[in-house]
Amino acid sequence: MQIQGKAGQRPSDIYFFATCVIDQFYPGAGMDAITLLEREGIRVHFPEEQTCCGQPAFTSGFPDEARKVAAHQLTLFPENWPVVVPSGSCGGMMKLHYPGLFAGDPARKAQSEALSARIYEFTDFLVNVLGWKPEDKGGDCTVVLHTSCSARREMGVHLTGQQLLGGLDKVTVAQQDHEAECCGFGGTFSIKQPEISGAMVEDKLKSLKATGAERVVSADCGCLMNILGHAAWKDQQEGRKTASLPGEHIASFLLRRTSK
Amino acid sequence: MSDHALSFMPSEGFRARSKEVVENPFLRKSFRGAMDFLINKRVTQFPSAEELETLRTLGEQIRQYNLANLPSLLVQLEDSLTRNGIKVHWAETPDEANAIILGICQAHSAKLMVKGKSMVSEEIELNHACEAAGIEAMESDMGEYIVQLAGEKPSHIIMPAIHKTKEEIATLFHEKVEGVDYTDNVDELIQIGRRVLREKFLVADIGLSGVNFAVAETGTLCLVENEGNGRLSTTAPPVHIAITGIEKIVEKLDHVPPLLSLLTRSATGQNISTYFNMISGPRKADEKDGPTEMHLVLLDNGRTQAYADEELRKTLQCIRCGACMNHCPVYTRVGGHAYGTTYPGPIGKIISPHMLGLEATKTMATASTLCGACGEVCPVKIPIPELLMRLREESFSEPHANPAMRGQGAGYSRLITMVWQGWALVYRSPMLYGTYSWLASRFNWLTPSNQGPWTTVRVPLKPAPKRLRDLLKDKS
Amino acid sequence: MSSRDRILAKLNAAPVLPKAVPDIASWYATHRFEETTAEKVARFRGCIEFAHAEVYAVTQATWPQKLCEVLNTKQIEKLLVAPATPHGQRATEVLTETGITFRAYDQSIEAWREEMFHDVPASLTGARGAIAETGTLVLWPDADEPRLMSLLPPVHIVLIDVNTIHNTFYEMMQSEGWSGSLPTNALLISGPSKTADIQVTLAYGAHGPKELIVLLMGEAS
Ligand code: SF4
Repeated sequence: MQIQGKAGQRPSDIYFFATCVIDQFYPGAGMDAITLLEREGIRVHFPEEQTCCGQPAFTSGFPDEARKVAAHQLTLFPENWPVVVPSGSCGGMMKLHYPGLFAGDPARKAQSEALSARIYEFTDFLVNVLGWKPEDKGGDCTVVLHTSCSARREMGVHLTGQQLLGGLDKVTVAQQDHEAECCGFGGTFSIKQPEISGAMVEDKLKSLKATGAERVVSADCGCLMNILGHAAWKDQQEGRKTASLPGEHIASFLLRRTSK
Repeated sequence: MSDHALSFMPSEGFRARSKEVVENPFLRKSFRGAMDFLINKRVTQFPSAEELETLRTLGEQIRQYNLANLPSLLVQLEDSLTRNGIKVHWAETPDEANAIILGICQAHSAKLMVKGKSMVSEEIELNHACEAAGIEAMESDMGEYIVQLAGEKPSHIIMPAIHKTKEEIATLFHEKVEGVDYTDNVDELIQIGRRVLREKFLVADIGLSGVNFAVAETGTLCLVENEGNGRLSTTAPPVHIAITGIEKIVEKLDHVPPLLSLLTRSATGQNISTYFNMISGPRKADEKDGPTEMHLVLLDNGRTQAYADEELRKTLQCIRCGACMNHCPVYTRVGGHAYGTTYPGPIGKIISPHMLGLEATKTMATASTLCGACGEVCPVKIPIPELLMRLREESFSEPHANPAMRGQGAGYSRLITMVWQGWALVYRSPMLYGTYSWLASRFNWLTPSNQGPWTTVRVPLKPAPKRLRDLLKDKS
Repeated sequence: MSSRDRILAKLNAAPVLPKAVPDIASWYATHRFEETTAEKVARFRGCIEFAHAEVYAVTQATWPQKLCEVLNTKQIEKLLVAPATPHGQRATEVLTETGITFRAYDQSIEAWREEMFHDVPASLTGARGAIAETGTLVLWPDADEPRLMSLLPPVHIVLIDVNTIHNTFYEMMQSEGWSGSLPTNALLISGPSKTADIQVTLAYGAHGPKELIVLLMGEAS
């Protein structure tokens, strides 16, 4: 089966799987990603019935529940279009874990394997499918990038974010210590092991701040929720009125930098 | 199961113990520093990503091949060792292993046992068993010696005393070793250890060691080390007892070089350890040193349980390099003692439930973000994050007949299961999800500001006033 | 049923999941290349020096002289040698005038334990070969040069012929057919004894030799 959107072929249509975190907590990031894709002349389809990839249950040890939720998502992408996911972790779930999740269900397994080949993480899609080169229209700015562990280790797309930011003329990408280390989110981990999770996000924030960057960007809203949530808490604790390290999804940053 | 196993209750105390370490900035910094050091040393050993990747694949293939043939290889190993004059013993439990070892000691009226580094001997708590039987068991690996002097347990499988500063060790030596003045000079401290331990090697009745690889075709026990205490333990005393888990076996001698290379480079970032000691039998008639009697104890202790399941079997590929703990952000924050198990860190989380049962380890697998750093560095490609998810499932699912693991369902909670069932109900139904998320966004001002553990170091999570789907509708 | 039978029964009851025989030879063929003697010498030397060994290039003719110098510099007055080996014999012959005392490992360890543990400052042994890849000496202790000879004395001096350096451990065991001929003890030694167990600070002479001295015998360079 020829999949539209393989390198070199510019798809005319794509599906957008927003993830439940973006739908409910970071809708702006989803809007910006869609706007950016549409600006590239792509028709973006948002299946209204989408909910969640099922990962929270899957990683918590409840595969049956994850399977039920995943089975529903499987029905949402009938056309042979790429499915763009603005999150390495949800993308990784759909691309890498769906086939295993449906190992005992031949029909769904085949469906999920076919879907797997069409799943693209957002930055990977911009760079490797669209060959998009951002044209920087903003002023001087230093940012620091946090790449999620799933994007880095599962999806292997840790370079595309760097590449996109590196393509912005006036943007300096600051290097942090322990860059490849997890921010400590880990879904339910943050609630089950709050002390360790807290220590990890504390260290992550310190590393990010130590770069002197003005803002942090990430292609994963789970990590952002954790890092920015801690940064804001710290600001409150220390009586700061403005965010000492603001942050946003990389889609929002890229859209702003490339718009007049 | 043995009483020893029940003395571990890691699940109960893990959070409290980890909290203690996390709140100690000094310990935090020293663990971080030590792990960074090991991480960086490993990096220098693998300049080529291609070489690393293909060698890891080869390592994985070697381990999987040997595991696939484990039962016949064990028999072959037993034959070869017997032919070489090494007596083979089998133990299903720690108690049984201890009884075998003590039996050998007693047959020789042994008073003193010197020990090379052996995590399996920690696993069976041999030192306690010896003490109870009136036999002095003396650790001779410098790190193990320090930990033993302090009355503690190793906090890392390769670097047992990594949690201690040189000043602490200086005080320890000054207080516990006769005639030693306080010095925090590392060279001097090591020389003190050398002096003390050499006297022990001189008179020890029994030498005990672990095994890194047991070669079935030749009947050879291989030991990796830097200090020379492993060589001394296996050479100086008249009797050598080796103990190993049943999984540490390879069929062919030529399986050893790739695994050795992966082991030392991954563990400490050395292209090879100072010593690689291959022992294929006791002293022969014309030889002038070496033990006159040799034994190997093969220990099960839950390994057959892991073996019985295709996915869990991968746990047994481990060559105990410790790289997964060096790279683990959780281990780095809490150190080895917090786990409360013999094997800490990621490998500890996946192997301990087989040794101790899920009753005692039911939440161990939750102490991970599944960041994948462990699986990424594991030299034999054990899919540690996937195994952690599997263990979560084994622990939290409702107890059922014929479970794959002892203690399956130990972490089962009706309430939590119902929460997830409810979650699945909502998220599999666009209508319910739509209603729920619509309510959450419209009434986001109702979001509680105290969100339990989340808000201890973060501001509360608050749904946006409009969902993405609402914004999209507004737009069109 | 014995524990042995029970363990084997459990393993035999487990699913049989056959795996392909690992192809080790082709990994080495594509990742480790045969080097010339000069290259192997350089690699061996680089690695073992990095591991803190002292290496001296010597020839068949000059090594006793170098041995003498080393002993002098280190003020070593007693040397454990194996007079039955050619190098042991040569050492004793050449060094007799220097006033160095020789000790042979001529009885089993039980007969002279105290002395061996406390009163042998240095030893000289040969080596079966070496490995360039890792800077490793390969010793097969025997009746002449027993196991403890390379372990207890604080200074261990090894004479090694550059023509016995192999590219890799794998190559060495393959080409020498180790799987059919292993001795009771085969040793790979890649530096002096060391430890980093105290605060990851490297210290030498943990339990074995503090100093490893390699007399690398080939064409003088
Ligand atoms: S699981 Fe892998 S990385 Fe961890 S100790 Fe075992 S072999 Fe090493």
